[in-house]
Amino acid sequence: MTDDNLLELSGLTKHFPVTGGLIFKRQVAKVHAVDGIDLTVRAGESVGLVGESGCGKSTTGRLAARLLEPTSGAIRYRGRDVAHASRRELKPIRSEIQMIFQDPYSSLNPRQTVGSIIRGPMEINDIRPPGGRDARVRELLEIVGLNPEHYNRFPHEFSGGQRQRIGVARALALEPRLIVADEPVSALDVSIQAQVVNLLQGLQRDLGIAFLFIAHDLAVVRHFSQRVAVMYLGKIVEIADRESLYERPRHPYTHALLSAVPDTDPDGAARERIRLAGDVPSPIDPPSGCRFRTRCWKARDTCATEEPPLRRLEGNAEGHLTACHFPEAPATAGDQEVVLDPALG
Amino acid sequence: MTTPFLSVRDLTVAFGTEDGVVHAVDGLSFDVEKGTTLGIVGESGSGKSVTNLAILGLHDPAYTKIGGEITLDGRELTRASPREMERLRGNKVAMIFQDPLTSLSPYHTVGRQIGETFRKHTGASRREARDRAIEMLRRVGIPHAASRVDDHPHQFSGGMRQRVMIAMALVCDPDLLIADEPTTALDVTVQAQILDLLKELQDQSGTAIIMVTHDLGVVARTAHEVLVMYAGRAIERGAVREVLGTPRHPYTWGLLSSMPKLRSPVDVPLVPVRGTPPSLINVPPGCPFHPRCDYTELAGPGLCRGERPELAPHRGHGDACYLTPAQKRTIFTEQIKDKL
Ligand SMILES: Nc1ncnc2c1ncn2[C@@H]1O[C@H](COP(=O)(O)OP(=O)(O)OP(=O)(O)O)[C@@H](O)[C@H]1O
Ligand SMILES: Nc1ncnc2c1ncn2[C@@H]1O[C@H](COP(=O)(O)OP(=O)(O)OP(=O)(O)O)[C@@H](O)[C@H]1O
Ligand code: SF4
Ligand SMILES: [Mg+2]
Ligand SMILES: [Mg+2]
Repeated sequence: MTDDNLLELSGLTKHFPVTGGLIFKRQVAKVHAVDGIDLTVRAGESVGLVGESGCGKSTTGRLAARLLEPTSGAIRYRGRDVAHASRRELKPIRSEIQMIFQDPYSSLNPRQTVGSIIRGPMEINDIRPPGGRDARVRELLEIVGLNPEHYNRFPHEFSGGQRQRIGVARALALEPRLIVADEPVSALDVSIQAQVVNLLQGLQRDLGIAFLFIAHDLAVVRHFSQRVAVMYLGKIVEIADRESLYERPRHPYTHALLSAVPDTDPDGAARERIRLAGDVPSPIDPPSGCRFRTRCWKARDTCATEEPPLRRLEGNAEGHLTACHFPEAPATAGDQEVVLDPALG
Repeated sequence: MTTPFLSVRDLTVAFGTEDGVVHAVDGLSFDVEKGTTLGIVGESGSGKSVTNLAILGLHDPAYTKIGGEITLDGRELTRASPREMERLRGNKVAMIFQDPLTSLSPYHTVGRQIGETFRKHTGASRREARDRAIEMLRRVGIPHAASRVDDHPHQFSGGMRQRVMIAMALVCDPDLLIADEPTTALDVTVQAQILDLLKELQDQSGTAIIMVTHDLGVVARTAHEVLVMYAGRAIERGAVREVLGTPRHPYTWGLLSSMPKLRSPVDVPLVPVRGTPPSLINVPPGCPFHPRCDYTELAGPGLCRGERPELAPHRGHGDACYLTPAQKRTIFTEQIKDKL
């Protein structure tokens, strides 16, 4: 590893037990939420994480922030493996890694005023900004585009978008080195989304904060992240520099994702339609071999028996890794339209 | 002229708070016909959700003052009794909210929650309700529906919970479906699936849909008409192709140009609408957008700061701005078009 790797996940796995039985709960199965992923975030870099609902993005994010303990694998933060570090050992890094959550509703305490929500992390970590905490809170409110006069209001008095900005302000209170942002802008209108993205981009540029940026909106991820990883059912199926990933994707699933982005042009030319067949398989019992094979239009027998390794394919740029036996040609995706049909497959 | 299926006229919703009266919705009118989708877009805090909650009769009367008229299928709703509204919700009118976690009970299995709604409105047996719940879960694309029906909401990912919510909303085949950010938590492929599902439902049963979303791509894909809201009112309205294709209001221009595109240059910062959202306690006089607008000088500052511009009451493409139609056309072609 090199010194500028801030965060290094290797062979990271998180399985959740599924319990059954009426009286004695016993484990009957497990959800393979994250199943052996390797991912690094360099200091000051923004890495985007995209993929289907339920593929393990949030779990990966929570592991990266060490809010969850992994089943196996390593989480190296500034060179030190913290995968199984104790609460006390984690204390010094708690303020360095902050999380912004997906759900602006349940992540804010309804009985606390906005001011005390944002002050909270400063108090817990005994941080005294020059000028005082109150002034800093007001400054943070302004940075995220809220009116400082909102200081004494409660979360329910805010709209969804406004609440998400409270979450951003809270994460910024400690000037972290790494922010794990789980859908930080999904609930925001596009203008405020632009504000928050610009704001986060400024933080990355000026303060050198690194980001693990989880989002569904591929255009936003492209705008904000220098590298992008695509997950499918607990695995990374493709990872590359932004340009490679968006301009020359190789994995069929990446093609499907890029093709499914709704176009704002209501008269948009009819695009070729990719049929992505079937349901998302259950993470309790993921398909053998390549996990995407049950929905893939290129799948052949090998796909069921051999798991494709994540590797640099011929024609891939440096650092562009793809896990597929029969990759697509490195052509621009997004010109086809994907039709999802649960009845197929 | 026949009356529209849903008609909202001069709706006002005001909240009493410690700091003063919040005018969250202030003179909003629109119609939705059966079998059509109205997309509502607009700034965060512009009153989209508050409007929907008013239609559903979900505001707490102790803190809320509602004015104007909401007529659904010939019935006036703002004066309906709580019991009447209760009967309407989940049956004739269903909703899908932004926040699946707070709308689903953590204590009951998803099957039970979907089934209960069905039983309440149809008197079906427990068994039938369970079967129906499985069928609904399958329709929204939950894998292994028959075994997941007994899981609790926290056992699902964010996106799957949202699909559970949708299953719950659709279980009684509603006439009006209010979807408030139904796909915000979903990835694009599942989003595509859900939008297709809603479309299919609409084609089969003639459901009227109100689709609130920040995603203009979703609007383009699903809506017939669009309403753009700002500070509690509609500032532009029209057929989706007109509003997104040749928008006329300066706020709509700002909204459309702030959106990152899949092919836009990455090193150029995004351009948010400048300034801060208006206070809803002291709403700016005149055009509520004027403190943030780049065109007040052109339109005439006296006008923009004077009276509130009205949205032309006729149907079709309309907007509430003092710029002349010719000015709007010129600005759009010369300054805005290329940014979209
Ligand atoms: N505490 C838990 N117990 C059991 N299963 C869980 C738990 N948390 C997550 N899971 C499961 O792990 C898988 C991954 O969930 P995760 O929330 O990481 O997905 P995600 O990619 O963030 O999805 P989304 O885009 O919908 O937010 C899902 O199948 C989910 O149901
Ligand atoms: N119970 C309440 N008390 C006081 N103010 C409220 C209440 N509910 C909503 N508001 C205010 O009313 C305004 C409109 O809120 P609403 O939730 O309708 O916004 P929205 O357009 O749905 O925004 P978003 O896109 O962020 O969801 C906001 O400024 C909000 O702060
Ligand atoms: S009425 Fe005036 S202030 Fe309002 S949008 Fe038009 S030009 Fe701008
Ligand atoms: Mg998630
Ligand atoms: Mg809302």
